[in-house]
Amino acid sequence: MTQHVSPPRGSADKVPPASESFAWRGVFARADVRTLSLLGVLAVLILIGGITKPDEFLDTRNLQLVLTQASVIGVVTVGMTFVITSGGIDLSVGAIVALASVWATTVATQEYGFAGILFTAVIVGVGCGLVNGLLIAYGGMVPFIATLAMLASARGLALQITDGRTQIVSINSVLDLGERDAYVLGIPPLVLVFAVVTIIGWLVLNRTTFGRRTVAVGGNAEAARLAGIDVRRQRLYLYLLSGLCCGIAAFLLIILSGSGQNTNGNLYELDAIAAAIIGGTLLSGGRGTITGSVLGVLIFTTITNIFALNNLQSDVQQIAKGAIIVAAVLVQRRTASTT
Amino acid sequence: MAPEPPLLSMSGITKSFPGVRALDGVDLEVQAGEVHCLLGQNGAGKSTLIKVLAGAHQPDTGRLRWRGEEVTLRSPIAAMRLGIATIYQELDLVEHLSVAENVHLGHEPTAAGFVVRGKAARRSTAALLRRLGHPEIDPARLVGELSAAQQQIVSMARALSHDVRLIVMDEPSAALDPDEVDNLFRIVGDLIAEGVAVVYISHRLEEIRRIGDRVTVLKDGRAVAVGLPAKSTPTREVVALMTGRNVEYVFPDRPTAPAKGERPLLEVQGLSRQGEFDPLDLVVHPGEIVGLAGLVGSGRSEILETVYGARKPTTGQVVVDGKALKPGNVRAAVRAGIGLAPEERKAQALLMLESVTRNVSVSSMSRFSRAGWIDRGAELGAARAATRELSLRPDNPSVPIRTLSGGNQQKAVLARWLLRGCRVLLLDEPTRGVDVGARAELYAVVRRLADEGLAVLLVSSEVPEVLGLADRVLVLREGRVVHTAPARELDEHRVLDLVMEGSPAS
Repeated sequence: MTQHVSPPRGSADKVPPASESFAWRGVFARADVRTLSLLGVLAVLILIGGITKPDEFLDTRNLQLVLTQASVIGVVTVGMTFVITSGGIDLSVGAIVALASVWATTVATQEYGFAGILFTAVIVGVGCGLVNGLLIAYGGMVPFIATLAMLASARGLALQITDGRTQIVSINSVLDLGERDAYVLGIPPLVLVFAVVTIIGWLVLNRTTFGRRTVAVGGNAEAARLAGIDVRRQRLYLYLLSGLCCGIAAFLLIILSGSGQNTNGNLYELDAIAAAIIGGTLLSGGRGTITGSVLGVLIFTTITNIFALNNLQSDVQQIAKGAIIVAAVLVQRRTASTT
Repeated sequence: MAPEPPLLSMSGITKSFPGVRALDGVDLEVQAGEVHCLLGQNGAGKSTLIKVLAGAHQPDTGRLRWRGEEVTLRSPIAAMRLGIATIYQELDLVEHLSVAENVHLGHEPTAAGFVVRGKAARRSTAALLRRLGHPEIDPARLVGELSAAQQQIVSMARALSHDVRLIVMDEPSAALDPDEVDNLFRIVGDLIAEGVAVVYISHRLEEIRRIGDRVTVLKDGRAVAVGLPAKSTPTREVVALMTGRNVEYVFPDRPTAPAKGERPLLEVQGLSRQGEFDPLDLVVHPGEIVGLAGLVGSGRSEILETVYGARKPTTGQVVVDGKALKPGNVRAAVRAGIGLAPEERKAQALLMLESVTRNVSVSSMSRFSRAGWIDRGAELGAARAATRELSLRPDNPSVPIRTLSGGNQQKAVLARWLLRGCRVLLLDEPTRGVDVGARAELYAVVRRLADEGLAVLLVSSEVPEVLGLADRVLVLREGRVVHTAPARELDEHRVLDLVMEGSPAS
């Protein structure tokens, strides 16, 4: 099936151009064009970073920092990708991260140590997802409205819990994971979690009945229903999944900052949606890509890093992000119409 | 040469959609001040023709003359500017706007070019409604609060708010009570007295006798008779024109011994839905194909969807193999072995972004998975086997389903249920959007599935299809079974008489 036309060594300069493009076509056929173009954008960004700040940007510690920063929003984006693929939206992710992070760092919770913090963060995330899912799947609410309501309530509750104060974590086993030189299996712990969530997410979306149902519900909910899929239960599970990812992200954020704050996760919903969309997940549902979403997250985090290294303010960053979203979607519309 | 050219003359209009030639060289000539009736069975091309006339579809070839001058209708607005207004069967009103706003949508009376003069709009709307004999409709009310009949009046007022010379009415009487039909005819009479031409589409022959001047009959995308006198052409001749076919469909042979005696596989007992269809009883034995024949609005699709559990019945129940199903529950029906090939294939059955394989396997994923993990090799193999059995083309289930023709997409839907091991197959308009050549193949597939022991319940608006394919036929009119007979004992004329006979006015 694959076209292997690589010429024998030494005769390279005699190869007719046609067969070279043939080889390229073989590569393109396997890895899809969209993923390759995202990798291209990332490569260009790394090039820009390397040229403008060669010493700082390409430093191992800096690259590690980029990946670590990408981890928190990355985990949220994996959950968001599932929800968007099913034709839904979850505007409450940032607020859920905030609520889970403060609930898990109260004095009472910290008495239960590492496990107490982890458990609480996950349970609060899943609980919020459960409420979202029930309202949307069984209450017949539009996802936009239901999760907007959750956004407001969860933020309010987070503020009520903290009273606006930063809750410092005093559990050493948690703080140790956030140290700059902390490694698990040779990888920074946050990055490891991000990688595991990504791999599981990819497998679930592409290789399981759960993933298939998600795509079917997003592609044509009526057809899915008439094909015998329990569309409502699937929707409930999807918001639970998104909540679970928020809980995990909240735990990562606690490790990273050594604290819980009600302002955590601000505008995560927009970052996660933007990363999923530029990655190639259809906002209207029916097609989703975990690979694309993760590349989207990496692109945004790299931009932030390069701008920070070059002492550009966050307002410039925001403008650049907006421009990239527009450019990416326009390019995708073009490729979609030509294929 | 006539001193005055006809108001409208269309000649040689063709229009093709992927896989279907909807119009195949249609001529139509309409004079000012006449009621010109358009007759034809479902799928004959009436809707496509009026959409061409409304500027909503562009014809592939053909010429359109308006008062003797050749014109091109690039958009609905262009048609409207000439004075052509269309009242569609599915009304195109904005429910959340008021009557007056709907009537003036797109051409609101304004001050200074942009400030909508609401009072002026309401005044002129009230005048139009008075002219239509419905002064009781308040121009300020929301359209969504009106009855279907009132909405139709609003739609007509909208047509008249333009300087209209030709009004196309697509089955305007379908949603109306008898006295409302009388009012409609009065309006039509007023319009032609003013010199406006009316193109009137209806299935009801006696309506056409009452108000029509001339009749054009469409069949299989062709005009088979142009400008027949509406009042004097014998019914038999009109029906013969509508039904006589150039293309003879090839139907598979029926089994010599009908599958009686065995226990019925599907039993529908007193099933009804308020306002859609009256209590219905029917049984389908294994190996049997039962057909429901009827016009649009006779409740055909609603019956199938209720049997399938996609709609909740008001009364009655569905029994499969002796076991009653939980009413209004699709999953219960699927578990009991019922499969539906719905009427709107793209909207109700297919995942258009996905491959054939995934469309086929979607209802039986648990068969290729363990603990939710899909064995893609087994899935592909099963999908390939199921699509091969139906000789689906191309013979490669990995291609996207949207690249398939209508007939092969339908086969993919059948393959889905075949793979699921379904025993009762509900087919709703199985050959809609399937071109003529592929139909015979689809008919053969359905018959073979029945021979293998499936019970098939078939719904179609194409009478020959029901008669040719089914063993037994139930004729429906307005949600009621008016006749039941073995298909051999019925012919097309008889069925058309039954479904068109009478009207709300009689």
